[in-house]
Amino acid sequence: MYVAVKGGERAIENAHGWLAEERRGETAVAELSVDQIREQMKLAVNRVMAEGSLYDPDLAALAIKQARGDLIEAIFLIRAYRTTLPRFGSTHAIDTGNMACIRRISATFKDAPGGQVLGPTFDYTHRLLDFKLAADGEVPPAPQAAPRKEPTPHITEFLNHEGLIQTEDASDETPPDLTREPMELPGSRALRLQALTRGDEGFVLGMAYSTQRGYARNHAFVGELRIGTVAVEMDIPELGFAIEIGEIEVTECETVNQFTGSKTEPPQFTRGYGLVFGQTERKAISMALVDRALRWRELGEDDMGAPAQDEEFVLYHSDNIQATGFLEHIKLPHYVDFQSELELVRRLRREAEGAGQEAAE
Amino acid sequence: MSDYNFAYLDEQTKRMIRRAILKGLAIPGYQVPFASREMPMPYGWGTGGVQVSAATLTPEDRLKVIDQGADDTTNAVSIRKFFERTAGVETTEDTASASVIQTRHRIPEAPLTEDQVLVYQVPIPEPLRFLEPSEIETRKMHALEDYGLMHVKLYEDIARHGQIATAYAYPVKVEGRYVMDPSPIPKFDNPKMSGMAAIQLFGAGREQRIYALPPYTQVVSLDFQDFPFEASKADAPCDLCGAEDSYLDEVIVDDAGGRMFVCSDTDYCRARRAAGHVGAQGKTEDAA
Repeated sequence: MYVAVKGGERAIENAHGWLAEERRGETAVAELSVDQIREQMKLAVNRVMAEGSLYDPDLAALAIKQARGDLIEAIFLIRAYRTTLPRFGSTHAIDTGNMACIRRISATFKDAPGGQVLGPTFDYTHRLLDFKLAADGEVPPAPQAAPRKEPTPHITEFLNHEGLIQTEDASDETPPDLTREPMELPGSRALRLQALTRGDEGFVLGMAYSTQRGYARNHAFVGELRIGTVAVEMDIPELGFAIEIGEIEVTECETVNQFTGSKTEPPQFTRGYGLVFGQTERKAISMALVDRALRWRELGEDDMGAPAQDEEFVLYHSDNIQATGFLEHIKLPHYVDFQSELELVRRLRREAEGAGQEAAE
Repeated sequence: MSDYNFAYLDEQTKRMIRRAILKGLAIPGYQVPFASREMPMPYGWGTGGVQVSAATLTPEDRLKVIDQGADDTTNAVSIRKFFERTAGVETTEDTASASVIQTRHRIPEAPLTEDQVLVYQVPIPEPLRFLEPSEIETRKMHALEDYGLMHVKLYEDIARHGQIATAYAYPVKVEGRYVMDPSPIPKFDNPKMSGMAAIQLFGAGREQRIYALPPYTQVVSLDFQDFPFEASKADAPCDLCGAEDSYLDEVIVDDAGGRMFVCSDTDYCRARRAAGHVGAQGKTEDAA
């Protein structure tokens, strides 16, 4: 005998209890602290801050702990928290020319003022599992040098002296905020960059990779990649001048792209731009490639019909919180819709069988 | 949790949503873009409906939340608890005594009144989306009232299957102007939308759209003169309450192909059984 399923409420509570227990794991193993995550899982923290659009390493570390290491779930927690925060105003644009760089490399010039600084990178490590790390993670201090005091100029500026690279028009226009206004397309470049910097790392990487493999290939060189801290300044109305309210770590990537010229533009190099919170260079480089691919219209290039050139396609599908929510909603009950489909398919089959029999007769 | 604003959203956000709702009511069936917020539940799980409800609720309201017609499906429970916690409003399972009803995939069987608001959760607000993936294009088509593509699709259905092969989210035309997605309700529910006394609001959070039907709006399901629209349901009465007029869920009861049909609207079924109606397999203990 069928009895209508009741008790959804208790099932939910019990499921959440089990989840909390699973998150904690084996209690004989020491609990992970938020500080440990923040200090030793820093790249995960960076990704959560970047795609969560909130610069707060402590909260990002907490979100990772709560999400059991599922970074998209952690990003979701941060996003949901972020929307509840009041807005006090907007800061001045950060000056990456004054960045205190921990890493700064150029693939286009062997050397340049400021030098090549490798910094803490996985590049050139051999990807061999370090079994010693399983037992003992302590390391001797790395060698140190005196930090560079003067500003590190952007590599693309050198190309600019010769007029070899397209100049970007400066604008004081307030950029749109896609977290406060509905997205309207076609969007500005500022809007696209905003969507890309918080877009899913995997999605942006895939889009960028597709341009390298020939879907709207734009032949990018990494003109410069720099990672470091920059000051955040804000005008305080009561004071009448700007003060530094803190500093953030960002990764900036400028690509230099081949360009043979079009009806409207002379042959010159063009740029793609990526800027992402924290040390997140895979994402910043990907962002720069996709940014460049999306600029085909303004540069008078052909529409190759490539996914990475399609602003609507890229912007509507780059957000992993939207994507994962909609994707996973299909596990919600759909009895009603399925029932109506069931009846439709049964009816269509009945009619098809009826027609088949008539034909046979 | 107590330091969140009434119904979670801040007043500025609610004002923005109310403006979108009013615009939607002024242009029935038109999809109004709104700056959807990230909610503490996932996109695709009713964030649009939740935002519309949050902007609609007052402390005096009594809220009912249903999913698939039922009050006790997991996501309905989750959304109801969210508003119990953040708005502290009274909640109910009784359709008649609710002032705001948030729904996913169904319209209650009992007729609604002028004192009620029905809030639909909408996954894809654009009825033309699966014919034309680009939002830029579909907005143009609505502006130009260019619905030829939809009629061709319906015609092709008839040519291929002998009937329109759409069972839910069946497109409608509002007051002879906008083609509108009714949300994924079964087409059985479509006729209830037309001339409804209650206000109908539709929220699509991920897609950042709100649309609305003011009371007594004409809503016509698209069809052809020689292939008229037909609301359909399982050809059986409810096995618990015997209702012949309600939409039914099919429930598999054993592993030998046995099945039964029960009202998808659990409150409707409960009320009928309480009033003494008994279906083929309905026993009195079920009403408890």
